[in-house]
Amino acid sequence: MADELERPITLSFDGGPIPAFVGDSVGAALARAGVRSWRTTRRTGRPRGLFCGIGICHDCLLTVDGSPNQRACLVPAVDGMELRSGTWAEHGGSGGSPPGLTQRVADD
Amino acid sequence: MTHTADVVVVGAGAVGAACAYFLARAGLRVFVVERDAIASGTTSACEGNLLVSDKELGPELALALYSRSVWRDDLAEHGHRWEFEAKGGLVVVASEEGAQTLSALAARQREAGIEVSEVACADLRDYEPYLTPSLAAGAFYPQDAQVQPMLLVAHLLRMARKLGATVRTHTEVTGLRRTGDRVTGVETSTGPVAAGAVLNAAGPWAGRVARLADVALPVLPRRGFVLVTEPLPRVVRHKVYAGEYVAGVVSSDAGLQASPVVEGTPSGTILIGSSRERVGFDRRASLPVLSSLARNAVALFPTLRGVKAIRSYVGFRPYCPDHLPVIGEDRRAPGLWHAGGHEGAGIGLSVGTGKLLAQALLGTTTDLDLTPFAPNRFTADQLEAAHG
Amino acid sequence: MTETLRTRLAVVGAGPAGLAAATTAARAGLSVVLVDAGEQPGGQYWRHRPSSTGRNEHRAYHDWRTFLRLASELDGLRDGGRVHYLPATQVWFLDPPSRPGQPHVLRLSPVHGDAATRPNPVEADALVLCPGGYDRQLPVPGWDLPGVMAAGGVQALLKGHGVAAGRRAIVAGTGPFLLPVATGLAAAGVEVVSICEAGAPSAWLRRPAGLVAAPSKLVEGAGYAAVLLRRRIRYRPRTAILRIHGRDAVEAVTITRVDRQGRPVAGTERRLTVDLVALGWGFTPSLELIIAAGAETRVDLDGSLVATVDDWQRSSRPGVYVAGEATGVGGARLAVLEGELAALTAADDAGLPSMPGRTKRLRRTIRRARAFARAMHLAHPVPPAWSAWLDDETTVCRCEEVTVGDIRQARDELGADDQRTVKLLARPGMGWCQGRVCGYATACLAAASRRVLDAADLRPLAARPLAAPVSLGDLADLAGGSA
Repeated sequence: MADELERPITLSFDGGPIPAFVGDSVGAALARAGVRSWRTTRRTGRPRGLFCGIGICHDCLLTVDGSPNQRACLVPAVDGMELRSGTWAEHGGSGGSPPGLTQRVADD
Repeated sequence: MTHTADVVVVGAGAVGAACAYFLARAGLRVFVVERDAIASGTTSACEGNLLVSDKELGPELALALYSRSVWRDDLAEHGHRWEFEAKGGLVVVASEEGAQTLSALAARQREAGIEVSEVACADLRDYEPYLTPSLAAGAFYPQDAQVQPMLLVAHLLRMARKLGATVRTHTEVTGLRRTGDRVTGVETSTGPVAAGAVLNAAGPWAGRVARLADVALPVLPRRGFVLVTEPLPRVVRHKVYAGEYVAGVVSSDAGLQASPVVEGTPSGTILIGSSRERVGFDRRASLPVLSSLARNAVALFPTLRGVKAIRSYVGFRPYCPDHLPVIGEDRRAPGLWHAGGHEGAGIGLSVGTGKLLAQALLGTTTDLDLTPFAPNRFTADQLEAAHG
Repeated sequence: MTETLRTRLAVVGAGPAGLAAATTAARAGLSVVLVDAGEQPGGQYWRHRPSSTGRNEHRAYHDWRTFLRLASELDGLRDGGRVHYLPATQVWFLDPPSRPGQPHVLRLSPVHGDAATRPNPVEADALVLCPGGYDRQLPVPGWDLPGVMAAGGVQALLKGHGVAAGRRAIVAGTGPFLLPVATGLAAAGVEVVSICEAGAPSAWLRRPAGLVAAPSKLVEGAGYAAVLLRRRIRYRPRTAILRIHGRDAVEAVTITRVDRQGRPVAGTERRLTVDLVALGWGFTPSLELIIAAGAETRVDLDGSLVATVDDWQRSSRPGVYVAGEATGVGGARLAVLEGELAALTAADDAGLPSMPGRTKRLRRTIRRARAFARAMHLAHPVPPAWSAWLDDETTVCRCEEVTVGDIRQARDELGADDQRTVKLLARPGMGWCQGRVCGYATACLAAASRRVLDAADLRPLAARPLAAPVSLGDLADLAGGSA
């Protein structure tokens, strides 16, 4: 079990690789890689990343393996995890439908 | 020091604010007293719906259509202040029987002056792409609209103040002044106000204010919860509700009624209602009710299953035994006027009520016959049942 | 399908208070369910890297040995089936007993991901609520730039993951927590250009009663002074950040001296180049579960709403005990003591053998520790005139992007004189975090320093029936209904 912790792994962020370790949060891995923001705000389009770091502020939301609006500071990094920047609100804000929603309608 | 005014308005919710505005506009000195903060009662829990689609034909519909004209004519230039949006309402039904009932209702509504287009099942998704496919039919009401109720009250009071009105918050009415039978002012927690008339616009607490004049007004609270979702891209375009919503409004069962109502907001959140219970003023969150709201919303919009609710809030609709509001002078206590009891339609009906109330108080002919809304219309049984 | 988990005692939170409560209660003979939002125990105070080496690394944490002891006890009690431990789990709804004798019901959900949580719900005869606290925030122009973080967040990254959130940092605000954040960053190789403390360190010394009550703190203070010297971290009292600069991330800050009220002193501005700003204005407890339980609250000396408890950690509701930051921010050591006492009281109240000697010693030590906490609050107040460094464009509500100007307009033009009305008019507090970050600042701005905030101001906004976001599907599927 002790060997498992801190084993190097790789995440993908918007298609590009991010090195990480078992035991990292997704937010920690991004921060270590120098990525400071991964979403933009709904009204004024300003960049956001980690703020409170402990799951309170919900600034650090991103899509993890297709699940939207996950708090990066709380999600444990897993080898091969796919991270996508932005939230639903930005994906669909200007009139399009977010892929997640469209997909679910098709599945009904 | 005793203040003086022509009218004291008790309650700074939507109805009180609308009355204050129209009274001030008519040149009267208006003094508004509110025991808490502006719009802090029922108004703060409202979605801000302006509906004609769910009104019973008769006096309620007449009031709704009249109020609509006030929104669109007298107050047209101010609509942007309270985010007036003519978004339209879509009623849907799930059964063939429901479709026939809806069709018959639509015909009667059209005769009464409501614009309504019936929508076949296959076309429902043109209005709402994410609606469940398992519906039978629908009807679209382009005259349904929405405003932001807090902004409505804030701006109505601001405009009233510019016309000379005084607004005192955190001031509770503790008694009514009488000269003989006549009500001639109020006692408050910060001093008395002498007035030619007192308007009771205290929402679900109107009965308590009436008791200060030793008269009974059968206004009772009907609790409602609303669920608010995370902000989303545009999923729900109009107000969407199931045909049962109309039935829920006019029923009087004490038990829970929860019928689906879903609508989007400018900020991106989706509001989910509606529930009705007679539990007094109990504000505690009820998980079974919230669960019903969620179930109903997901039944209409299956894609909402994965969407998160981030907030719930509670409010108390003021209702009278016959589900019509009270608007007019109390013959048992001359000088005391009432404007309230609008149940779930208070925001939409507020401005029409305000304009009519001002006409009546000034002694001019009212644009609508106010007899159906007379405060003295209740039978002894109805008064007894309300305050038992 | 869900399985209800029935237990004598549920403990919410596995930080210092919750760990102490859960282990003490289990040893006293109560069946315990321990629910915690973290991946591993320790809460915020004892954040650490999850590897085994991580557990040995933290000489910098006072009370680290306490954590090791408690964590190891927890492991043993779990193996022995006496504590059912549910990590990475949050409580999204707390239902108080419908009638006396009925259990409290906790509805759970996973902190991340969408998988269903099992078991769920938890039905408990009694609760020890140890929800902890989080950084209090005050807005400053530019604080919404990436690279600005709560001091607690910087610490969590550092201690929990060994990640330094920048290369050149400034730590600002008020309170003793700024010190370990700054020294921790420096030990990790970050250049810490300054600590800006809005108060004055000598304020500690003006309240000797508090310090005498906790002499170890003096030693700790002296230790920090040596580290600051060694690491060349400039400690600036009566100083605050006036503005944070940058286009898409932090590039620099302007700092200023402030007077006793917190007002900037003209002509004392300096610009410093940094890429990381850590802001901390003390901590504020998470109260929503306590309010959902119906327990009484009061306003503590630091302006935070806290749970009211008696000398034995009982809240005003039968069967509900509160321990740790939620009874008043006071640090890890006090939290451990309170957690232990709460568990002993709960066991006693449940008819199990009591330990009066131990209880009496705990109460005495708690009283001393609380005296020190009070002294710290008085020495590090939120400066009353802090809003003087705001301009109308400054963001107050980060979630809904509501500015100072929006709030002032609601207050001055639209007639709002309390936080709730401001919130309903201008929307601060309506977003994802439901006012946790902006609530204090909004309350201050709404009151416009006309009056001191009291419990009536603070409680309505601390009440959140949905204690965490919950999917409509999870809500809809609650037992008892059908689609």
